[in-house]
Amino acid sequence: MLEQIEGSHAVAKAIALSRPEVISAYPITPQTHIVEDLGTMVKAGEIENCQFMLVESEFGALSACIGSSAAGARSYTATSSQGMLFMMEAVYNASGMGLPIVMTVGNRAIGAPINIWNDWSDSMSARDSGWLQLFAENNQESVDVHIQAFRLAEELSMPVMVCMDGFILTHAYAQVDIPDQAQVDEFLPPFQPRQVLDPAAPLSMGAMVGPEAFTEVRYLAHHKQVEALEIIPKQATEFEAIFGRDSGGLIKSFEADGAETVVVTMGSVIGTMKEVLAGMREDGISIGALTIRSFRPFPREALREALKDAKRVIVFEKSVAVGMGGIVAMNLRTALQDFPILVHSVIGGLGGRPITRDNLRRMFEKGIRDQLDEPHFHDIHMDVVNREIEREKAECRSGAVAENILNDVGVVAAAKAI
Amino acid sequence: MFQVRIHGRGGQGVVSAAEMLSVAAFEEGKHSQAVPSFGSERMGAPVVAYVRIDNKEIELREPVLEPDLLIVQDPTLFSAIDVFAGLREDGYLLVNTSKSMEDLGIAETADKLPAGHVAAISATELAIRHLRRPTPNTVLLGAFTAMSDIVKIESLFKAIERKFPGKVGELNIAAAQAAYSAAKSG
Repeated sequence: MLEQIEGSHAVAKAIALSRPEVISAYPITPQTHIVEDLGTMVKAGEIENCQFMLVESEFGALSACIGSSAAGARSYTATSSQGMLFMMEAVYNASGMGLPIVMTVGNRAIGAPINIWNDWSDSMSARDSGWLQLFAENNQESVDVHIQAFRLAEELSMPVMVCMDGFILTHAYAQVDIPDQAQVDEFLPPFQPRQVLDPAAPLSMGAMVGPEAFTEVRYLAHHKQVEALEIIPKQATEFEAIFGRDSGGLIKSFEADGAETVVVTMGSVIGTMKEVLAGMREDGISIGALTIRSFRPFPREALREALKDAKRVIVFEKSVAVGMGGIVAMNLRTALQDFPILVHSVIGGLGGRPITRDNLRRMFEKGIRDQLDEPHFHDIHMDVVNREIEREKAECRSGAVAENILNDVGVVAAAKAI
Repeated sequence: MFQVRIHGRGGQGVVSAAEMLSVAAFEEGKHSQAVPSFGSERMGAPVVAYVRIDNKEIELREPVLEPDLLIVQDPTLFSAIDVFAGLREDGYLLVNTSKSMEDLGIAETADKLPAGHVAAISATELAIRHLRRPTPNTVLLGAFTAMSDIVKIESLFKAIERKFPGKVGELNIAAAQAAYSAAKSG
């Protein structure tokens, strides 16, 4: 049924429809409304056979889910930013043990500096952990991908994180088609655990593994992600058959076919990009875009197939590997290394920096002329940067970088005026 | 596409206003997007919310840079932020104040807008009278539905009811109605 609803509320409904048995989550901006809603629903008895476990932290939340999943209960949690870091030991435990937990990540920057706004640093910090990582483009897709995530996780017996841009999607009101229970039940069968703690059939879960077998266990996690490359598109097709929507899958093309330049990105920013790219095409420029829906597993073959005739790629990402460069860009360059193709790396939207049609157009115009530096920091104010560099050269006790810059750009003065 | 920017401070219902406006548009079969933009999440800190209304799916994610409608729930913001940035020359301006535009020092900006597109409304007073709370949002939205046909007052009532069921909703509807009637007659 069509509803005008906040992204977080829509996700909470999607989770409720997926018949979770244990929800354990700790609130953190911008995921809070999801877990508050689920807590309210459980308390009101609106989710059959579901228990909400209150815990003291994100580490507690995911640890609780590990326990409940190990006991055979469909388990769910959600986090963002610092919360991801706080639960990191459990993150690696969940994937190392192969437990099909689903977790929403309301993408938010990791501090320092403390920042509540959107970027991908939280998901990126777990990209090597073995969790599958799916990125949603809009609120409808956020709903749809969560439902698919449970089935994907349980089929593989691996945890899945569904990433949605914090504030931009979590807090946006938009029209969403909320599925009905019958549709979800048709798509998502009851949880059949591959491994379960059962006194009648004792086993060890999370056993210590020495040099003699660690490689094989780790390889199998990698192998499962490779299998997922087949399963994800298949499930998206089945999803479409039941729900009538193309949601999920590995990648999505926006007039990328036959384009000389293809912009590659993830998440919600494609919404703003579409209009810019359409305008550029009207001006005779051959340009399209691709979004990566599944970041882990990285859809190497699908991307190679989609980009084989492109002359250049502009990767736009809200993440950076400090000291190295763009993360998505690096992954893509590895996948395309034998192609005669130029891959530009653009890093933008960090800490919630607004991405506008104007600043995108200017950057794309440079990109198609191969005039972008490497990596290119989108919308950066180099005068501010250079002033800080000069301060540091001028004296040893130059002060805290974050505070200096806030003073420089007038934020502190403005706050005082308010 | 009709774009709205609502300025206020934390606790004044800026985000709820944006939500209700988007729901009202949805009730009329339109597509609408409402997004908040927080600074520090505390009472009193400046808050901005954006609303977009269109007849097709809205995929734009940038801030509203050129609003067709500017609602200012707290006039103390004029000295702190460039509230008027990008306001379109045929746009609407609603300010929550019991002062005149001259007294607020914004007459020059207000005078550039078309006749019937500007209103200074004592929304806080009207809210206190109807709701016994100084939350001016539904009053300002009620007044706006009298100034333009982007969204009908009946749709706004549905949105208010959905957001605030029961007595609170009824009082807010009364407040919005009062603002609407005042705007229509004045």
